[in-house]
Amino acid sequence: MTAAPTVSRSPRPVPGAPREYSFPRFERRVLANDMRLVVAHVPKLPLATVVVLLDAGAICDAEGAEGTAQLTAKMLLEGTESLDGAELAEAFERLGASIESNADWDAAAITMTTLVEHLPGAFDLLRDVLLQPAFRVREIERLKAERLAELLQMRAEPRGLADELFAKLLYAPSSRYARLEGGDEASVERIDRQAIVDFYRSRYVAGGTTVVVAGDVTTDRAEALVNQAFGKWEGRPAERVSGDTRPARTDRAVHLVVKPDAPQSELRIGQVGIPRNHPGFFPVNVMNALLGGLFNSRINLNLREAHAYTYGAFSGFEWRRQAGPFMIHTAVKSDITDAAAREILYEVDRIRSESVAPDELSLATSYLTGVFPIRFETTTAIAAALSVLMLHGLPEDYYDRYRDNVALITTEKVLSAAQRYLDPSAFQMLVVGDPNIVRAPLEAMQFGPIILYDAQGKEI
Amino acid sequence: MVRREGGVQFRTMRIPIETFRLQNGLFVSLSEDHTAPIVAVNLWYHVGSANEPPGRTGFAHLFEHMLFQGSADVQANEHFELVQRAGGTLNGSTWLERTNYFETLPSNQLELALWLEANRMGALLPAMTQQKLDTQRDVVKNERRWSMDNQPYGSWLEKLPALCFPPEHPFHHSLMGSMEDLTAARLDDVGQFFATFYTPDNAVLSIAGDFDPNEARRLVERHFGPIPRGGRKPALPDMSLPPVFGQWKREVVPDDVMLPRLFLAFRSPAFGTDGYYPASVCGAILGLRNGSRLKRRLVREREVAADTTAFTFDLAKGSDLLVVDVTARPGVPAEQLEQEVAFEIDALVRDGVSDAEVERALALIQTMFVSSMQEAGERADKLSLFATYFGDPNRLNEEVDRYRAVTTEKVNDFIRERLGENNRASLVYVAREDAPGELVGSDASAEAR
Repeated sequence: MTAAPTVSRSPRPVPGAPREYSFPRFERRVLANDMRLVVAHVPKLPLATVVVLLDAGAICDAEGAEGTAQLTAKMLLEGTESLDGAELAEAFERLGASIESNADWDAAAITMTTLVEHLPGAFDLLRDVLLQPAFRVREIERLKAERLAELLQMRAEPRGLADELFAKLLYAPSSRYARLEGGDEASVERIDRQAIVDFYRSRYVAGGTTVVVAGDVTTDRAEALVNQAFGKWEGRPAERVSGDTRPARTDRAVHLVVKPDAPQSELRIGQVGIPRNHPGFFPVNVMNALLGGLFNSRINLNLREAHAYTYGAFSGFEWRRQAGPFMIHTAVKSDITDAAAREILYEVDRIRSESVAPDELSLATSYLTGVFPIRFETTTAIAAALSVLMLHGLPEDYYDRYRDNVALITTEKVLSAAQRYLDPSAFQMLVVGDPNIVRAPLEAMQFGPIILYDAQGKEI
Repeated sequence: MVRREGGVQFRTMRIPIETFRLQNGLFVSLSEDHTAPIVAVNLWYHVGSANEPPGRTGFAHLFEHMLFQGSADVQANEHFELVQRAGGTLNGSTWLERTNYFETLPSNQLELALWLEANRMGALLPAMTQQKLDTQRDVVKNERRWSMDNQPYGSWLEKLPALCFPPEHPFHHSLMGSMEDLTAARLDDVGQFFATFYTPDNAVLSIAGDFDPNEARRLVERHFGPIPRGGRKPALPDMSLPPVFGQWKREVVPDDVMLPRLFLAFRSPAFGTDGYYPASVCGAILGLRNGSRLKRRLVREREVAADTTAFTFDLAKGSDLLVVDVTARPGVPAEQLEQEVAFEIDALVRDGVSDAEVERALALIQTMFVSSMQEAGERADKLSLFATYFGDPNRLNEEVDRYRAVTTEKVNDFIRERLGENNRASLVYVAREDAPGELVGSDASAEAR
């Protein structure tokens, strides 16, 4: 290549002192009916995000009726006693309010963002949504059919299929985590109106329910709005449900989900991780950033930039109240599936066997501390952070101490976190791919026995 | 209009904007906001897949990857490392008409982002090697497999523009590029593309957030000032097209999918023109959120669709596309899905939309706009957008007024002019095993019903 025109270039800049930042101040209150209120007054723009957080997550689903929690949460927006589903959606949207309702493993959440001038009207609607849902049979049947469509789509979409199946197969069959969060065809089919009404009555109660408000609203005003909407709501907190997090197996195995002619393999490697509220959270978080959390992490630089095996390769812990999955994920050209898996295992072994260099450690710690203010630019993000705090019972000063806690992580702590919380001898590997291409090389790796599955996740 | 007296009040929200231009042609927008110690730097180059020469589809995007492979004073991948070390987030993206690069950082790191962007704008080529090109070519091929080839319906982003724009039109060909063209890309192409398009006079720079405008200006001049102006960049051909397709275009794509899905496109007025705003509101009426018309009719009442949405491509040159995207419920065949959607569009053409539908759409658009302005990165990106396409970042502060000026009558005029049978393009995905032989493949011939 010919020489580029020479331009006089300036030297690398040195940053000045950072300006102080603190996570938005927030206030907690407990209302007369034992509802909890958390308010962050953020007056930047005339907006507010409201999250209603209920102890009604998928973990509470009865065995054989998986999907009840998600269906119940979604049904809240499908009509009240006075408005049908279409009218309800239109009523919110004519206020410019975006609203959604769903349940994850740990909680059901209704999340709404609107201009503050529309908050009174939006809270009026929210009251009926929570206190007077109609649960019309026609809408229940429609949402069930939509869940079946979602399952069909998932079976044909290698990425989502790999994520869902991997998260499931880590856990012992008796665990709720060993079945899909939103239920499968058989369990969803079984859910009827009575099941939803029963679930709603037992778990949608004032006691223990949290309302988070973030935006251009004072605590007093938020309390007045919540009291007006929900003051007459009653009910004692439902019993907390704990999950079973025992792993499905203690030896390694390759789970090969057959997708004939796939141009790429979706590859997942990992194990059962740790709960969100765990003393190992900070060292694990920093360790994971270096292993596969950042773009410049070891796994991504190895698989993408050194080997060009993939568009991207990352690792992460899924944070739940109980131990969620730890998962390394990538998509690679079919014929190098085994080579990519080998490189991933090499990087896991390396981070468990030798200390990272101080300079490498600082990549993660300076990123995590520096990016902290950027994570909380929006009312939605602030409300989500406060929801995490409430859901997992994190300390009041969790966000104030976050950057200090990250800065305390040493190279020794990274090494011990890797040794303690990553156990390659118990790793499971899942591949959604073409067995004609990937099976023999994966066998030659001798990672573990190979188990074949169809797209339903059934062994074949 | 009832709307004016109704609940919907467009609150005036003015974003402070200052602009200047360097001697070398670089256009700069500054928007201060000191609520948090965060600053966003956003650079748009006015080059996208539309500018690719024949036989080099996908090159603009491959080139975007090369911009993270270092420059004279920055090692490969060091750009990522320096920004993340500084506590920043970053990325780049390629579109039909532009390529952008952006960082959001703690505000004391503003100069780092400016230095990095200036270093690669001024001195990219010394860092370019054959090996880096080969690696990124393979990364991009894997990106193609990941986002398109191994993803149900993934090829829509390639197939829909191909169906809607004539073969010689710059928007016709694939943004991601064909495997053959990616293979054909050479290191010389990198040098030539850089010299032609990555020049200060073909770029706009926007900075939003916590900074001192005098200091920012000084830093911009210091780092970008010495970069020489570019030569003449080859003009795009005339992008204008007749207002309608003149036929009902149709293509059936057999794919590894479980449910049929229809992308129904209409040629619509170019992004940012007066005609764009009624088209955009029409899209929101049809497909934005749960109260939209197609959700109500096709998902809720008729129960023939599992999901629907609608959007515009936001193309600023010649013409844009308004797209309705509908996935069938299990058991609903593609033919029925197409008929049901056509029935709804026909009803729209016949009866128009109501004031209430326009109000709902405008209320949602307003909240979304205000919400998006919370983020420094989003502000900077929008400043760059309006600066690149219209030379006027102050258009950002006019957006709400332009939407406010949309009346039911204007939406209905748009619908009558653009949603008829002579301006539809159907891209239909069907499961491979369900594809009847005679339907398969492209049929761009007139098939007006």
